[in-house]
Amino acid sequence: MRAIDNNTPQQSTRQHRHLRFSILRYDPNDSASVPCMQEYQIEEAEGMTLFIALNEIREHQDPTLQFDFVCRAGICGSCAMMINGRPHLACRTLTRDLPDEVTLAPLPFFELIGDLSVNTGKWMRGMNERLQTWLHVQEREVDLHRIEERMDPDIADQIYELDRCIECGCCVAACGTAQMRKDFVGAVGMGKIARFRLDPRDIRTDDDYYELIGDDTGVFGCMSLLACHDVCPKTLPLQSQIAFLRRKMATLGLSG
Amino acid sequence: MKTVMTDVLVIGGGLAGLRIAIAARKRGHESVVLSLVPPKRSHSSAAQGGMQASLGNVTKGMGDNEDLHFEDTVRGSDWGADQVVARMFVNTAPKAARELAAWGTPWSRVRGGDNDVIINEQKVTLTERMEAHGLIAQRDFGGTKKWRTCYVADGTGHAMLYTTSDQAICHGVDVHERTEALALIHDGERCYGAVVRNLITGELVTYLAKATAIAGGGAGRLYSVTTSAVICEGMGHGLALETGVAPLGNMEAVQFHPTGIVPAGILVTEGCRGDGGLLRDVDGERFMPHYEPEKKELASRDVVSRRMEEHIRRGKGVPSRFGPYLWLDITLLGRLHIEQKLREVKEICQHFLGIDPIEKWIPVRPTQHYTMGGVRTDHTGQSPWLKGLFAAGEAACWDLHGFNRLGGNSVSETVVAGMIVGEFIADFCDKPENSAPFPLTLAREFERREEAKLAAILDGDGKENAFKLRSEMQDVMTHQVGIFRRGDELLAGVAHLQRLLERSARIGVRGKSRAANPELVAAYRVRRMLKVAIATAYGAYLRTESRGAHFREDFPRRNDEEWLKRTLSFWPDEAASLPHFEYEPLDVMKMELPPGWRGYGAKDYIDHPDTPRRMQEIEAIRSQMEGRDRFAVQETIMPYADKLPASLAGRNERLDEPLEGV
Repeated sequence: MRAIDNNTPQQSTRQHRHLRFSILRYDPNDSASVPCMQEYQIEEAEGMTLFIALNEIREHQDPTLQFDFVCRAGICGSCAMMINGRPHLACRTLTRDLPDEVTLAPLPFFELIGDLSVNTGKWMRGMNERLQTWLHVQEREVDLHRIEERMDPDIADQIYELDRCIECGCCVAACGTAQMRKDFVGAVGMGKIARFRLDPRDIRTDDDYYELIGDDTGVFGCMSLLACHDVCPKTLPLQSQIAFLRRKMATLGLSG
Repeated sequence: MKTVMTDVLVIGGGLAGLRIAIAARKRGHESVVLSLVPPKRSHSSAAQGGMQASLGNVTKGMGDNEDLHFEDTVRGSDWGADQVVARMFVNTAPKAARELAAWGTPWSRVRGGDNDVIINEQKVTLTERMEAHGLIAQRDFGGTKKWRTCYVADGTGHAMLYTTSDQAICHGVDVHERTEALALIHDGERCYGAVVRNLITGELVTYLAKATAIAGGGAGRLYSVTTSAVICEGMGHGLALETGVAPLGNMEAVQFHPTGIVPAGILVTEGCRGDGGLLRDVDGERFMPHYEPEKKELASRDVVSRRMEEHIRRGKGVPSRFGPYLWLDITLLGRLHIEQKLREVKEICQHFLGIDPIEKWIPVRPTQHYTMGGVRTDHTGQSPWLKGLFAAGEAACWDLHGFNRLGGNSVSETVVAGMIVGEFIADFCDKPENSAPFPLTLAREFERREEAKLAAILDGDGKENAFKLRSEMQDVMTHQVGIFRRGDELLAGVAHLQRLLERSARIGVRGKSRAANPELVAAYRVRRMLKVAIATAYGAYLRTESRGAHFREDFPRRNDEEWLKRTLSFWPDEAASLPHFEYEPLDVMKMELPPGWRGYGAKDYIDHPDTPRRMQEIEAIRSQMEGRDRFAVQETIMPYADKLPASLAGRNERLDEPLEGV
């Protein structure tokens, strides 16, 4: 019964605050629209997340405010935005962890749909196509009636570790290189390559991967500022993966 | 009028929709997927614990096969399932898991040798066979006789969806992201596609297709507290209902998951209990063994959820300003297990509750989770009422789940139905008679009608607020159409929903943009949601028995004599405020598993008069065929093999069941 004593319902020690939101508004579909910061005030509630706060603003104050949420559980990667200057998943951000004044802006780099909504999906699909982020195998058709191919349990766990990426775009939004070159694949892209490279089922070799990321749009574009690693909401090991890939690709580049 | 022509139009970019599109594409048919959001953000990604497939690789899964999976599924459904469909499903599930493995899903794998696990509060060492080392592992889930749930840690849906979505890209499937179907184009007999709105630009586009498939997921957002993503608003259901000809099946069958966290309603997986987690009350007592001595925490979801609410009613809940709740205790599983196999659970607890589940118990309460009801289809996935309209996954009533779905069977259904229905759709498109020219005039008429509806909202002087109507509907559904239902409350709920539907004709919007406009979206969706809600609530009122997740306090017994039938709701009259109901009987004399006790939950029910006769018939077949293999016996009792697409028929190899020949 040890857990019961220290199990108190989740409670905020602070009394309900008035939160002031300053939100970057802009509707590219409206030629009269000019980017500006708009202020909203709401009363904080128990367990309030930015998902709850933004919906409250939309439903009770300003129905035109645009933002994206899908799972509201930190799983789907839809709601990344700049929260007081730092990219993060809004649904997973509790207001109690924020100061009284909160500034929200859309992720930079991605195409703006309106206000806090950006088209990460479109960019991610382009990245997936470019890096061919699917398993490349010799035989396309396997006999599904037969027992599956074996895989080392540790390797499977390690692959899942990298497969947990939710393509939210935080790493790209935080990336110094991406600010300068639009064709950079970002940590998300390099993470994908690391994932397939680790997969013994994938027949691609380092030569193949070199073709995909062995230049300034890939591993050699990275300036090792590694904000990607710091902001990744899934705490993927981006730092070690990028460093490892770069060493492999550099060795290959030098020997080739 | 902008028009897109294709062979297969799939509405919904989750697992079911993507898998259909891949199937069609592989058979040489062009396919376009419409998705409200980028497909990898679909609600499929929220499936955590795993996918049922009777691979029987782990020790606790040895001896598992299609027969046991079939029986568990039918019992779980409280005999509401279509047993032929259940057979098709269980035979295809292992193939689906293996296909995903071949496509790259990083399934958690068996470790040969000794593994420590927790079973019924005891630390147990399970010795896995060395010959199983590296094969796909299974964990325990509710309502199953064997450990059958294949998993990728607790991010199974995510891993499956990423694999499938990337395969769709590899196969050149066209996905039109951020688009929404507003109406199906049909002439009362044949479906030809849909009128579609681009959610970024607001442009209306007409999509014409030989086959149209609804794979739009569930309707969890009819309720105020749900594990569902915000996009799960039953729009696929609504599209079919609004045709007036294609009915929905069993909408009153709504599943409540035992462990949604309080207050956010976010799911923590059944895998927590499958892996040995316990439910505790305000006193810290484990209470499920008192109610369900056999399956305890791992009875089916409908039963566990009811027992939890029953326990709360006895004053055993933990009081809070969000209402009483109970505890889910996974502390006994230990740090290593939680950090490896229940990572998402740990993250959810940290981020939304501010607790570490390694140390502390998780506050949970039964929460709306799954829509068993859906677009009624035949075993091929096609609506028998509207040719060319197909449905699969949570949006469909195929009908695999009957009145209660087993954990791990939904994400399994998405890919299995995607494979099976995808093949049937390809067959449909192969037939020259289904390539008749598209009715362009009809399509234009449908597009004008949708345009007019949008204009009425944008330019009209309606004063009703869509967000308010939606939230009122969610309250009605939560309080009057919840876990425990009563005739008088249901009727009052229906009346309230009818008033909301009437008010929804007068919705106005403050934001007038025809392009991306969240208020406009809420406005046109809420009316459709209300219709689906009324079909659900009124269907629940009419069903005067308790079956699976549908529990009537005023009719607590399952009544096979009168209610062994499927509810069909039609909405033929656009101006009406109630659907029209018909019932489709289930034939006991054709069942492989006639109705009986589920093995958990209530033991008293009213038998169907045919049940004893059918039991005798089956007994006679079994004794006549003694010595024959299980496949021959099964095929004699309830033939189904000819129903599967040829490429998916055939047996499944297991370590204990090698395939002969070849």
